[in-house]
Amino acid sequence: MSEPLLQMRGIRKVFPGVVALDDVDLTLRAGEVHALMGENGAGKSTLIKVLTGVYRADGGETSLAGAVINPGSTLEAEAAGISTVYQEVNLVGSLSIAENILLGRQPRRFGVIRWGETRRLAKRALARLGLELDVDAQLDSCSMAIQQMVAIARALDVKARVLILDEPTSSLDDQETAALFKIMRQLRDEGLAIVFVTHFLDQVYEISDRITVLRNGALVGEYETAELPRLELIGKMLGRKPEIVDHAAADGDDGGESAEELLAASGVGRKGSVRPLDLTIRKGEVVGLGGLLGSGRTETARMLFGIEPPDSGSLRIGGETRRLGNPRKAIASGLAFCSEDRKGEGIIPHLSVRENLILALQASRGPIRLLPRAEQEELCAHYIKALNIKTPDAETPISNLSGGNQQKALLARWLALQPKLIILDEPTRGIDVGAKAEIEKLVRSLREKGMAVLFISSELEEVVHTCDRVAVLRDRRKVGELTGSEITEQRIMQLVAHHE
Amino acid sequence: MNDPLAKLKRWFTGGGLLWPLLGLAALLAYDFAFVDGFFRLEVRDGHLYGTLIDILNQGSKTMLLALGMTLVIATGGVDLSVGSLMAIAGAIAAALVTQSEMSLALIVPIALCATAALGVFNGALVSVAGIQPIVATLILMVAGRGIAMLITGGQIVTFEHAGFVYIGNGHFMGLPFTLTIVALALGGTSLLMRKTACGLFVEAAGDNETASRFSGLPTRWVKLSVYAFSGLCAGLAGLIAASNIKAADSSRVGEMMELDAIFAVVVGGTALTGGRFNLLGSIVGALLIQTLTTTMITQGVPPAVAPVPKAIVIVAVCLLQSERFRNEVSGWFGKRRATA
Amino acid sequence: MRRYFPLMATFAVLIVLFGTASAMYDRFFTARVVANLFSDNAFLGITAIGMTFVILSGGIDLSVGAVLAFTMTFVASMVTEHSWHPVPAISLALALGVALGGGMGFLIQRYDLPPFLVTLGGMFFARGMAFLVSAESITIDHEFYTALQDIKIVVGPKAWLKAVALVFLSLLFGAVSLAHWTPFGRNIYALGGNESSARLMGLPVARTKIQVYALNGFCSALAGVVATIYMGSGNPAMGVGLELDAIACVVIGGTLLTGGVGYVAGTLGGVLIFGTIQSALIFDGRLNSWWLRIAIGVLLLIFILMQRQLSRMSAPTKN
Repeated sequence: MSEPLLQMRGIRKVFPGVVALDDVDLTLRAGEVHALMGENGAGKSTLIKVLTGVYRADGGETSLAGAVINPGSTLEAEAAGISTVYQEVNLVGSLSIAENILLGRQPRRFGVIRWGETRRLAKRALARLGLELDVDAQLDSCSMAIQQMVAIARALDVKARVLILDEPTSSLDDQETAALFKIMRQLRDEGLAIVFVTHFLDQVYEISDRITVLRNGALVGEYETAELPRLELIGKMLGRKPEIVDHAAADGDDGGESAEELLAASGVGRKGSVRPLDLTIRKGEVVGLGGLLGSGRTETARMLFGIEPPDSGSLRIGGETRRLGNPRKAIASGLAFCSEDRKGEGIIPHLSVRENLILALQASRGPIRLLPRAEQEELCAHYIKALNIKTPDAETPISNLSGGNQQKALLARWLALQPKLIILDEPTRGIDVGAKAEIEKLVRSLREKGMAVLFISSELEEVVHTCDRVAVLRDRRKVGELTGSEITEQRIMQLVAHHE
Repeated sequence: MNDPLAKLKRWFTGGGLLWPLLGLAALLAYDFAFVDGFFRLEVRDGHLYGTLIDILNQGSKTMLLALGMTLVIATGGVDLSVGSLMAIAGAIAAALVTQSEMSLALIVPIALCATAALGVFNGALVSVAGIQPIVATLILMVAGRGIAMLITGGQIVTFEHAGFVYIGNGHFMGLPFTLTIVALALGGTSLLMRKTACGLFVEAAGDNETASRFSGLPTRWVKLSVYAFSGLCAGLAGLIAASNIKAADSSRVGEMMELDAIFAVVVGGTALTGGRFNLLGSIVGALLIQTLTTTMITQGVPPAVAPVPKAIVIVAVCLLQSERFRNEVSGWFGKRRATA
Repeated sequence: MRRYFPLMATFAVLIVLFGTASAMYDRFFTARVVANLFSDNAFLGITAIGMTFVILSGGIDLSVGAVLAFTMTFVASMVTEHSWHPVPAISLALALGVALGGGMGFLIQRYDLPPFLVTLGGMFFARGMAFLVSAESITIDHEFYTALQDIKIVVGPKAWLKAVALVFLSLLFGAVSLAHWTPFGRNIYALGGNESSARLMGLPVARTKIQVYALNGFCSALAGVVATIYMGSGNPAMGVGLELDAIACVVIGGTLLTGGVGYVAGTLGGVLIFGTIQSALIFDGRLNSWWLRIAIGVLLLIFILMQRQLSRMSAPTKN
């Protein structure tokens, strides 16, 4: 076996209050495609950032071709031979392809750029990938796939030995992905070490030689792809053994078919986001969306709520066909959506807990009829108690609260609307164990009140405990549905692993 | 939690009223010490006169502009067209007053509706066409003055209409009438913002538009409305300006006043990035500018040089609002704040 | 080809305007009118060129009119009241412009302050300073200036380019070269196009930002110098609102206010449009100056909406 090209050993990275990486190793060989996998909070992106110089490790050592390196910036990492192509490409879209490849390194004579030579060099860089493009075309006007190729060409042009591809296939269709893989194989055969960070299981098995799995900041293991069955891989990612005792759904409830239909989506999909799927939610039901990160669960929720409305299929709410083209319409139809992105899409940071809590309710009343202060305070007091929100008082700016309490306040915002269907996207992420149990209990109590819940969570145990039905998603499409006693962690993982 | 002292403290510091008031107090202290008769007030013909009254009177236009500008800035935008809108309001009113028999009770609403409608134009460009506020309001800033000059035929239109003249020069209860206008405007706006959900909508939409939109807030309408309101305030200020000089001077009125208004709002504690706003703070900010100008005049500094201290104040306020600057300074004093 | 569309639109408008004016007014379509366009709008043009770079970098500078006024007054005062020779006076004035610009750029970059407000402060500062130097207009009377004002290059019957036009054209040539043929220029485009990417790609973002404002300071000061030659005096009240006219020229010229897209040549187009409308109004005699403002406002609206449409269409992959 050849000497490893890159060796990260015992890497440790600590942020205030959280250990992001704890004694993690990563070994890359020259001429391989190495998949880096893990669920949310696993530490993948932190590890990459340490490798590329965005962060400095607090412990451990990295060596490239035998020499110890400690890059303090992306420039230094690039100089050492480690280049990254990000999901968002990170080039300057308003400039041409040629310029993007050579930016900062244009050939010059007496301080003046030689454009002819620049174009020639750009063409040559692309030719290395087997591509022939109009190098004067504006990058923005090219497809995402092309933009990524340009980013790769640039990375290679700076003499990369390790190429990190961060979720390169998220915006590509099947044909473009195949083209990318062809290039990746070619580069691998030339001796490049490629780190392939992705959520797409099928692709991992198609292109990678070895897999490193992280979980909760620690290394789970390093495996040869050919020797690791899918089910086992998923188990390792989720921290579950494949042959576990089935956990039955909490109440062993098989019923609910007789309840009134609340939402019926048929053939509902959105190009570039989710393949058309069917989903029915009934009154008093908790329906879960199961699947790995990146499988399309959040996209499905956002599609139903009108944030990124579907461009195919039809939606029936309470028996009537509706087009929910924006959140306001969805809310008016009785839907509520608690986003997973607390900071960006949830809290209004400078406003108080009270103002955040009553926001949706007030929005539904319009700008003139202000909810009387006494009622507002009563509502706050009720939810602060019911959800156990820890806050000095209702007037504290919500940004002062801990993440978990912010989440609870956001939940209260939606509950105050008394919606018919509430969509909860990762409601227990970043919340302490005690609060998690509270939320689960709350979800079940909502069911008793006749509310329906669409529940998204990466924690299998939670999904199994709280849901009456689970729709399983993989790689942006629905692959199956489980009801009642069928819902077990085993079955969900099997569906995800494509393993009947 | 009904501790009145704590509530007062929070209103004071949380709303950011502390700093502009301190600034104003410092200026007034300087005036008290070094300027003769700055605080002297006398009563003549039942009216109160004095430097302090002059400041309030002359600052009334900036205060009104600042009122409208506060809400626009709270949504993360800016309205550069207010100076030109002032000119349009004055032009319309002067033209109607001199060339028609319409009563003031009709003319004033017409002028105000015109500038409010132009504000809607601004708002539509920003919220519907998605154009950057600086660019969108630049259009009316440039063209608006041209429109005003068109209305007055390029002349300075003078008038003697008693009612119109009263707006800017009259007295009410011993104080200049302009003060009454400002007080009513401030009172009305505050009531609208706090007794209805309008204030909440503006602050939420400005602080986090996405989260607000997801919560069902009609963010497009919010944005449209604040620009219309700014237009309305500009119209009011324009009427006062015209009344002051008993003429509509379309080419000069309101020149550079939008910048003073922005300055007043920023100094008054509303962040340029939007979110929480502070109407009273903007008023104090406007008073600060006016006091600064007046102080300089009494000290023999030519008024044209008065912008220099304004510059220092603006940069100082920006630095204080900048997190990077605050971190660097506290670093000098040994306290390092962890920024992730 | 599509990216040249705004530029083509600008020049199309220019041709249409010039053509219409030529049809309507006798003797409009002459070399003299065209040559005068460059002389009469020289200081607006120089200011707009500097502004183009700032806007391309994603920033904005409101101080240019005030810096022009300060420079004018400073030079006039030094020459007339303090008997300096114009050359050192001009050199010092240019240096001061660069210093102010660089100072503002430093504050903006180092502390992440909003350019709008910082340059607003710069504007107040420079304007106040101008009045501090002199409360009134100062005529310049010096053989150097007389010599400068006599310079003419004949380009046609009764048509000549004066010294100010020559300075404008030289700066234009220099600016186009800078923008397209130097790394500094390309860095400005990159910075305005996507600052975080530019940083990740290793470009000297901080240094470039400061330099862009310093460059603009130079241009505003140069415009002031040119104004002293054009008007033969220094006037502290000059240039009020000039920054808005400059921004309008830049936007009509096709440069996006968000940065990263645009051509210096486009700004030339914008300036010439401005000048053409103004000349046409003078020729007409009847139409008054407010039509210029309305016309510019309408053009601004059209070009802004067009840019918005184009940017919505040209980035189909961005979601």
